[in-house]
Amino acid sequence: MGIYLDHQATSPMPLAVREAYLEALEVVGNPSALHQGGRSARALLEGARERVAALVGAHPVEVVFTSGGTEAINTALKGSVWAHHRTHGPASHTAIAATLAEHHATLDAINWLREQEGTHWREVVVNSDAVMDVSSLEHVLSAGDITVVTTLLANNEVGSRQPVESIVALSKAKNVPVHVDAVSAFGYHSVNFRELGADLMSLSAHKVGGPVGTGALLISRTAKDMQALHHGGNQQRSRSGTMDAAGAIAFATALEVRALDREQGQDRLMALRDRLWEGLLAVAPQCVVRGSHDERLPGNLHLTVPGCTGDVLLYLLDEHGIHASTGSACQAGVAEPSHVLLAMGVPAEEAWGAIRLTLSYTTTAEDVERVISVFPDVVERATKAGLAMKARR
Amino acid sequence: MGVKVLAAMSGGVDSAVATARAVEAGHEVVGVHLALSRAPGTLRTGSRGCCTIEDSMDARRVADMLGIPFYVWDFSERFAQDVVQDFIDEYSEGRTPNPCMRCNQHIKFDAVMERGLALGFDAIATGHYAAVTEGPGGKELHRAATWAKDQSYVLGVLTTEQLEHCYFPLGATPSKDEVRAEAASRGFFVAEKPDSHDICFIPDGDTRGWLAERVGAEKGAVLDTAGDVVGSHQGAHAFTVGQRKGLALGYPAADGKPRFVLEIRPKTNEVVVGPKEALALSELAGSQMSFAGPNPVESGYANAAPGDDFGCEEFACHVQVRAHSDPVPARARISDGELIIRMDAPLLGVSPGQSAVLYVGTRVVGQCTIDRTVSALAPLHA
Repeated sequence: MGIYLDHQATSPMPLAVREAYLEALEVVGNPSALHQGGRSARALLEGARERVAALVGAHPVEVVFTSGGTEAINTALKGSVWAHHRTHGPASHTAIAATLAEHHATLDAINWLREQEGTHWREVVVNSDAVMDVSSLEHVLSAGDITVVTTLLANNEVGSRQPVESIVALSKAKNVPVHVDAVSAFGYHSVNFRELGADLMSLSAHKVGGPVGTGALLISRTAKDMQALHHGGNQQRSRSGTMDAAGAIAFATALEVRALDREQGQDRLMALRDRLWEGLLAVAPQCVVRGSHDERLPGNLHLTVPGCTGDVLLYLLDEHGIHASTGSACQAGVAEPSHVLLAMGVPAEEAWGAIRLTLSYTTTAEDVERVISVFPDVVERATKAGLAMKARR
Repeated sequence: MGVKVLAAMSGGVDSAVATARAVEAGHEVVGVHLALSRAPGTLRTGSRGCCTIEDSMDARRVADMLGIPFYVWDFSERFAQDVVQDFIDEYSEGRTPNPCMRCNQHIKFDAVMERGLALGFDAIATGHYAAVTEGPGGKELHRAATWAKDQSYVLGVLTTEQLEHCYFPLGATPSKDEVRAEAASRGFFVAEKPDSHDICFIPDGDTRGWLAERVGAEKGAVLDTAGDVVGSHQGAHAFTVGQRKGLALGYPAADGKPRFVLEIRPKTNEVVVGPKEALALSELAGSQMSFAGPNPVESGYANAAPGDDFGCEEFACHVQVRAHSDPVPARARISDGELIIRMDAPLLGVSPGQSAVLYVGTRVVGQCTIDRTVSALAPLHA
C-alpha cells in the first residue's frame, strides 16, 4: 500500500480490532434469541455497549448502535421532527437550525424533511473558517420555533472545531435539543457526551478503525423518543433490526485502541501535520490552508491550490502512491466545488483546487517527507493541466 | 515499450474492450469517463442515450476489473456550449449538423486530449472502429478492418496533431460480435449492453420535438421551385433536405410525382419542395476544412495550385457525406480557401452543415463542413 492520507474518509482497522472482530464472529446466535447462543451474543453486544459508553462519557442505555454515521444522523434529525409531530400533531411547525457547512448526511436529511414534512431550515451563518457564528445561532434561536439544533463537532472537510459548548449552552437556555455530528472528529478529540450536555450525538466506527457498517447514535436519557426504523423495537425502540454483536465488539475495541493512540500520540500527530503544512507551503507557497489554524482536528490539513482542480491533484498524488481526497462529495464521480468552501465564502474558482490530507496515528515522518518531496511535481503538472483547461474556456 | 494512455470509457462494450487491450499491450493506462450531460439520467433508458450515472458505474466497474485508476471528468459545460448549442444554432440556420463529429472535434480529441497531454499522457485511446497507421509522410487515418462498423467518418475532423496522439485498439477487429465475445470472456458484464444510438443528449430519440422546444415552432409556407405557395408547415426546423414523408401537402404536384424537401430557409421560415431530380447535386463546398495527416499535396495526390498558397489542383477521391452512407467517386480541389468537391455522378439530398469526408482508398484525407451545394440541374443553386 502507498501512503494513506485519507483517514477522515476511513481509517485502517488495527490488528487488535481485526482479531476481536473475528473472535466475536465465531459466536452463533441472534442477540434477541433466548437460547444459549443468543445469550452469548447478547453478552458480547451489551459488553461492547458498556465499553463504547464509557469511552464517550455516556450511559450504556444512551448508546444505540446503528449501521453507521449516515443512519445515526438521519435518525436524529428525522426522529426529532417526528417526535415533535407525535406530540403536537402531524401538521405542527418544525424547524432545524443548521449551517450550510454541515456534512451532506445532515444537509440532505434536512432537505428531505423540508420537502416531505414541511420542516423549515433556519440557516446559521459560518465564518470564513467554517466555524459556526454563535451570535447568528442566538438570533435564530430567538424566534423560539426551533425543533433541534444540529452541528458538527469539527468540520469534516476543513477540520475546524465548532464552538459546541456555546452551542449547547445557548440552545439549552432556550430548551432546544442539540444534535452533534461527531462522526469525523471523535477519533481525534476526546468526547464526553454527558459533560457536553448534548441530547444526540452521531458516531461511526470505521472512522476510528472499526468496521464499516457500524456506528452509534447517542440519545440522552432526557431526549425525546427517536424512532426511525420499525421492527420489533430493539434498543430503546430507536433502532430495530437484528443487532450486530461482532460489529459492536470491533467498534468498542477500535475506540479503545484509538483512545490509547490519542493519549500517547496526539502531540506527535500534530507535529507531523504541522511539518506537512509547513513543508507543502514552502515548496508551493501559492497554496492556501483552509479552515481554522488554531482550533482544528490534529490530523487534518486542507488546502486549495490556485489554478488547479482537485481531481487532477488527486490523480497526480495517486500516481505517486499517495491516497488523498478533495474532501467533498461527488455526484457519480463528478467533482464539484466543495459546499463547505462555498459556505466559507471561498470563490468557486478557488474552491475547485481543494485537497484534504488527513493523517492518523499510523502516519510516519517518512510519509510526510515523501509527500513534500513529490508536491512540486504534482502542483506543476496540475497547474499546466489547469492552464490548458482555462485557455479553452 | 508501453506509453501512458488515457482511455476514454463511455461505459459501453467497445471502450471497455479497447481499454482492456491497451492494458494488455503493456501501456500504463488510466480510465476516464466524460460526464457530458448537465442532468444525467440515473439509469439507462432502453438502448438509447449515454452518459447516465449507470454508464459511469459500468465504466468504473471495468476499470476496477482491469486494476487501473479511473476518473470522471466533467465536460458538461463545454459539451453544452460546443455540441448542444451548436446543434441548435445549426438547425436554426437551416443546416443539418453532425453532433458526434462536433463532440470528437471539440471535446474528445481536443479538450480531453489537451488536458491529458498536459497531465503527461502520450495518447488517448477510444473504442472507435478506425485505424491509425504510419505512412511515408507520418500518421494516417484509415477505415476499420470491417467497413460495416467503420467509424472513420466521424473521426474525419481529426487534425494531424491530434492523430499523433490517437490510439484505436479496435481498428483491426473483424466484427462487433468478436468484441462482445471478448468482453464476455474477460468477464465484463457490459458484454451484452445494447449499442447507443442516435443523439446522446436527446435520449427519447425525438429530435423534432426536442428542437421544437428550443428553436420554437412557427407556422410557415411550403414553396415549390417556382416560388408558389403549395402548403404550410409547423416549423422549418422539423425538415431535412431530401425528406419526403410528413410534408402534408394538400394536393399533388402538377406532374403527379412525389415532392421532396430541397431547401430550408430559416430566415423567412420557408421550406422549398420539388421533384427528386432537383435533389441531385454536382458539387459540394466548404471553407471549414481539416486534414488528417499529410494534406493532398504532401501526400502526392494533387499538384499545388499556382498562385494559391494553400490551394491544390483537382485530385481523384471518394466523398462520404453521412456516417453510414456509401462513399461516391469525386474530384476535389482547394481554391481560395475552399474545399470544392465535384461528384462524378450526381449525389442526392445533401444539406449544408453536414461534413464531407474525403477518402483515397481506405485513407481519410480530410473533410469540410458543407457551406454550399451546386445543383446538378441548375448551374447556380447556392
